[in-house]
Amino acid sequence: MTPMVEMNLAGRRTDPNAPLVEIKKLCVSFQTSAGEVRAVRDLDLTIYPGQTIAIVGESGSGKSTTAHAIIDLLPGTGKVTSGQIWFDGKDIVTASKDEIVSLRGREIGMVPQDPMSNLNPVWRIGYQVKEALLANNVTSNREAKHRVAELLAEAGLPDAASRAKQYPHEFSGGMRQRTLIAIGLAARPRLLIADEPTSALDVTVQRQILDHLGTLTRELGTAVLLITHDLGLAAERAEQLVVMYQGRVVESGPAIEILQHPQHPYTKRLVKSAPSLASRRIETAKHEGIEVTELLAQTGGEGAEHGETKDIMVVKDLTKVFTIRGGRPGASKKFTAVDDVSFAVRRGTTMALVGESGSGKTTVANIVLNLIDPTSGKIYFDGLDLSTLNKEELFSFRRRVQPVFQDPYGSLDPMFSIYRTIEEPLRTHHIGDRKSRELKVRELLDKVALPGSTMRRFPNELSGGQRQRVAVARALALDPEVVVCDEAVSALDVLVQAQILKLLNQLQSDLGLSYLFITHDLAVVRQIADEVCVMEAGRIVEAASTDEVFDHPKTDYTRALLEAIPGGSIELGLADLD
Amino acid sequence: MPEPHRPGQRHFVADLGETPLSEVDKLDESTPPLSLWADAWRHLRRQPIFIVSALLILLVLALAIAPGLFARTDPLSCHLQDGLEPSRAGHPFGFDRQGCDVYARVVYGTRTSVAVGFFTTAIVVFLGAAIGAIAGFYGRFWDALLSRVTDIFFAIPLVLAAIVVMQVFRDRVTIWAVIAVLSVFGWPQIARITRGAVMAVKNSDYVTAAKALGTTKFRTLLRHVLPNAAAPVIVTATVSLGIFIVAEATLSFLGIGLNASKIVSWGADINYASATIRTNPSVLFYPAAALALTVLSFIMLGDAVRDALDPKARQR
Repeated sequence: MTPMVEMNLAGRRTDPNAPLVEIKKLCVSFQTSAGEVRAVRDLDLTIYPGQTIAIVGESGSGKSTTAHAIIDLLPGTGKVTSGQIWFDGKDIVTASKDEIVSLRGREIGMVPQDPMSNLNPVWRIGYQVKEALLANNVTSNREAKHRVAELLAEAGLPDAASRAKQYPHEFSGGMRQRTLIAIGLAARPRLLIADEPTSALDVTVQRQILDHLGTLTRELGTAVLLITHDLGLAAERAEQLVVMYQGRVVESGPAIEILQHPQHPYTKRLVKSAPSLASRRIETAKHEGIEVTELLAQTGGEGAEHGETKDIMVVKDLTKVFTIRGGRPGASKKFTAVDDVSFAVRRGTTMALVGESGSGKTTVANIVLNLIDPTSGKIYFDGLDLSTLNKEELFSFRRRVQPVFQDPYGSLDPMFSIYRTIEEPLRTHHIGDRKSRELKVRELLDKVALPGSTMRRFPNELSGGQRQRVAVARALALDPEVVVCDEAVSALDVLVQAQILKLLNQLQSDLGLSYLFITHDLAVVRQIADEVCVMEAGRIVEAASTDEVFDHPKTDYTRALLEAIPGGSIELGLADLD
Repeated sequence: MPEPHRPGQRHFVADLGETPLSEVDKLDESTPPLSLWADAWRHLRRQPIFIVSALLILLVLALAIAPGLFARTDPLSCHLQDGLEPSRAGHPFGFDRQGCDVYARVVYGTRTSVAVGFFTTAIVVFLGAAIGAIAGFYGRFWDALLSRVTDIFFAIPLVLAAIVVMQVFRDRVTIWAVIAVLSVFGWPQIARITRGAVMAVKNSDYVTAAKALGTTKFRTLLRHVLPNAAAPVIVTATVSLGIFIVAEATLSFLGIGLNASKIVSWGADINYASATIRTNPSVLFYPAAALALTVLSFIMLGDAVRDALDPKARQR
């Protein structure tokens, strides 16, 4: 660290017992065509120097709006309508534009949410860090180059001096996020606002980055305001929690106290459904599920006399090689996305395929759905070899295996009403007449706990979770035997996620469904899966029952994944929650 | 080790009365169901540009369908003794060189211009959308073949090609010949835009979901891909409608379009009036103004419709 910066810090050091940020009765509103929407109401918040505070809440709870109000970067029509934000004795709400500009970066740093879109793709990494230094007059242009390398190294980028000459597209998501942290801390602010800094990253990378951020801000004495939807993560990283719901603070206080003795019903609900905290198989379904499979075994098929569960889907030695464009024109490279993968899904149970991005799990899903052909290997569905199916057989196979995709905003046709969306599979397979189809749609909506009137609506009127429930209803329209869930709950808020998982479990026990559940989140696996295959770089590195994998992980990779689940170490008094 | 709470950081629990808990992810049934088109319509209703252009277009359509209601004079009955006479009662725009009533010719010319614009656009959209959609959706061989054919046609300037081909018809030029010629050389732009939009849509999860349902490719294209790719095509179509009206006028102006003595058309009249531009500019002014206003209103409508259909441009 250069002596100049140290002096800067020393010069600004204030009483550690005086609050750095004090927000009093803050109200923020947005003007929309439907009138005024109050995004934040009567919010109180106090941050002391060097402290880490987390705001927890679901999307739309006003947590990001609060953060943006502090740094006066409210988007669009957002306005502070009343209340005060005191930062080191200055009221930001009434401060002039110039005063706020001088606060930004210098006193209050920010690490934004999406590392993919927050770096300018046409400028080198080093230039973007330098920009932050020069904008705040921290160093002279001459020293800046040296300082950039220091900052990047500090943020945990190896070989920082040469990395600074690269462009953002050459960086992985984790490296970009480290760059953004370096930029956020470049001018040594006294408060760092981290808005969901790791939600776009893999769990192991998330852990590394948060660890590093924690160490760095502790050393520098920077206060951190962490915005997150993950209660487990918040509790692990912050001393103080602020739980927001519909624009209001419903509960705040010391993290451990809130987690162990949540008082407000909403907090209780959050603590109960946070997958990272309450991770265990949703029990009712497990018992009923086994009963159902036995029932199935009794009523039909071979193997019934043994009463054992049969494999509905067997994947053998599956390999998929993609040809990708090489460096030179006309050149091509081979990329093995799936490498000799074998597993089986037992009837009426859930098989989870776990891995980080790029591990090939979605490719497996697409092959199993017969959407792409494998390079080699076989898939047997109920004894049928998928590679030998003719057109009619494939059509009837489609009825028996259905997908639910990750992105709730992309998986429903925006031009189709909910009725048409759910009716489409029935129509395609010529099932029933108009009247009976309408009845079936109503029944399916009821199964996914949506009112019958939903069918006259369009996807853009529904929330992410509601869309995902519609997607589940569509998948169930043909009474399939296997449902392939490709990251089906990853894009959802924890409470909604818990709700969908519960629904999937309930449907499994009611209908005897088998799930192939593809996810990057081990905490979710524990709630839904009976068996787990852990994938790394196209290979299955570990396969066992869920309890076995969680209690006795065999490979280092699995152990790293398990350790990366945020909040796993925190003890909860879950019993007294109900 | 629980530290003593610092001021402002005690364990705070909000009054439940202030924050009533609602069911997790409950559907808000208070608002009536909406759709993309309903949203677009609500947006458009408040746009002055849309209202003005829509009213103008309605007027133009009325003129095209029933010109007799607006002008009682026959545009083809001309008396040479009236040549270049100024306006007088019953003849508000005066007379042209041949003694034809300019007002009547402007009114009757609407039908030709609008017919050429509409039918050409209809044919071009059908042809271009079909070719672009097949190229974009089926890809590979079809894309390579159709895209190259599109490129070849795209490279030929519309008016230049029309001039060459119109020579074939010479004296037998009808509205339909003009429409046919403009259509044959006008479709590549729509084809390109459709192809791009289709390629963007075909990677959506809902298209994959339709495939996993066993929906045939063609049905998927028709029911899922095309409706979602329609917005940019509609917008381009409204703009090109204006372009085709101008193209017809250009051909007539160049003297290879419609014959002014048999078919009334703005373009032909502009051409004919250009000879007397110094002495009697008003003869030129009225058909030119009608043409400009019509084209402008179609382009404005296209702009407004694009803004309404584009969720990114829309302000809520």
